[in-house]
Amino acid sequence: MKKRAIVPILYIAFLMLPIYWLVAMSFKTTQEILGGFSLFPRVWTLASYRTIFTDPTWYWGYINSIVYVTVNTVISVTVALPAAYAFSRWRFLGDKQLFFWLLTNRMAPAAVFALPFFQLYSAVGLFDTHIAVALAHCLFNIPLAVWILEGFMGGVPKELDETAFVDGYSFPRFFVQVFLPTIKAGVGVAAFFCFMFSWVELLLAKTLTAVHAKPIAATMTKTASSAGYELGLLAAAGTLTIIPGAIVIWFVRNYIARGFALGRV
Amino acid sequence: MRKVNQKGWFFVLPVLILVAFNALVPMMTVVNYSVQETFGNNQFFWHGLGWFQDILRSERFQAALGRQALFTLMILVIEVPLGVVIALSMPRAGIWVPVCLVTMALPLLIPWNVIGAMWNIFTLPDIGLLGYFMNHVLGLDYNMTQDPVAAWITVIVMDVWHWTSLVVLLCYAGLVSIPDAYYQAAKIDGASNWSVFRYIQLPKMKQVLTIAVLLRFMDSFNVYTEPFVLTGGGPGNATTLLSIDLVKIALGQFDLGPAAAMSLIYFAITLFVSWLFYTLMTRNDVK
Repeated sequence: MKKRAIVPILYIAFLMLPIYWLVAMSFKTTQEILGGFSLFPRVWTLASYRTIFTDPTWYWGYINSIVYVTVNTVISVTVALPAAYAFSRWRFLGDKQLFFWLLTNRMAPAAVFALPFFQLYSAVGLFDTHIAVALAHCLFNIPLAVWILEGFMGGVPKELDETAFVDGYSFPRFFVQVFLPTIKAGVGVAAFFCFMFSWVELLLAKTLTAVHAKPIAATMTKTASSAGYELGLLAAAGTLTIIPGAIVIWFVRNYIARGFALGRV
Repeated sequence: MRKVNQKGWFFVLPVLILVAFNALVPMMTVVNYSVQETFGNNQFFWHGLGWFQDILRSERFQAALGRQALFTLMILVIEVPLGVVIALSMPRAGIWVPVCLVTMALPLLIPWNVIGAMWNIFTLPDIGLLGYFMNHVLGLDYNMTQDPVAAWITVIVMDVWHWTSLVVLLCYAGLVSIPDAYYQAAKIDGASNWSVFRYIQLPKMKQVLTIAVLLRFMDSFNVYTEPFVLTGGGPGNATTLLSIDLVKIALGQFDLGPAAAMSLIYFAITLFVSWLFYTLMTRNDVK
């Protein structure tokens, strides 16, 4: 093994320690957790997981999160596709300004928008619905999806479009049958990023929901404070929130580096 | 060169409508609050720029801004070089590449408040892994709920844990795009490791590093959830960063005017510094 492999190994070990602790904690009994320090669970228990899977307030949190994250990803990628195509292929009045304005929305602190968002979505009658959170997350996910897709589309030679039109393809047919398959990696990466940022964001999701669409992460904070401090339960819920991310990341592992560079490498 | 085609507007229209709905309406609400005073009962009075003057002069805002600036500075100084070093030492090909990428990306996909909760459990003085190690193995007196210095270090380490991977992945993407021929040419010329880094790797990473610094600046300057869950802004006000203070004023005390004025000042600072970074880092680019 080469000497420099030590750096990534140490780094990954550092990354895994808190995650290990969370997972280990989720299998311990409350007694053991409060009773003192133990590196491995002495008695393995699934009690915390059983509570989560049988209590509707817990498992509905998961369903709510997954619903609004999926809706958001679909909306963001769908509307971003034509926009990214326009930005990458054509010049039009105000295109640069518009592109920059889209990006400034990623710079706005979510804390700034929390209260106005609450009022806006209450006013249009969408408060405490999945669609409200999905739409609110569009604020930062659409600019991101446009940015990533524009990067990937820029790598496709314009000759592809021109040849297809010469061959008599109509625009919609060209876009769906020729262009989309060419940039499917980009679509995957954009969808992954939308999923990721919608999944991890909590401040807006919490502000816009009360009961029916409450995200899992909000259920966690509430339960942790109301039911004393049930660390095992908290750890189990936390462990379960890591799993969806780990699954989607596996699908895009070959494109992830390029995706993080927003398609610009 | 791209063709001029004004039909492009129809293509961006859906994006424009959705983002404008989410960005402009709330922004106008904030602007509206920032110039008015209320005494309850939904009655509002014109207050001019009074709130802005109050906020800019208030010691509380200046202190929070100072803490925020220090936090962001430390994050950039630690995470960017660390990310570059890790990216440079990662394998370029082979079965370990996906393993590295997936494990490193994992912290980025954990909900932010779970990260706060996870680090809370990790650092509990007697029953957390880190807390136990510090107190009982190293014999230090570590308790971040009482000691401001310990709280600061923990918040910084947590952010390094959470976000360094973003810098690593970005730099790595830049590095793998360097053709092997470049390295072979450098080898023939007898270039040192340093000159390979300085004249081949760094220029290739420049674009992604710009993105990395910008993203890390924006996100660390706007950070809220993780430190809030971990420390709640404490002990005292030691780790009350700008966003935490803003939420305290807006939702805790319901002082809408000052909170709105503070929001706008906050947003303006973020925009200005991002623009400054961007201009400075791209000023030598070929036009």
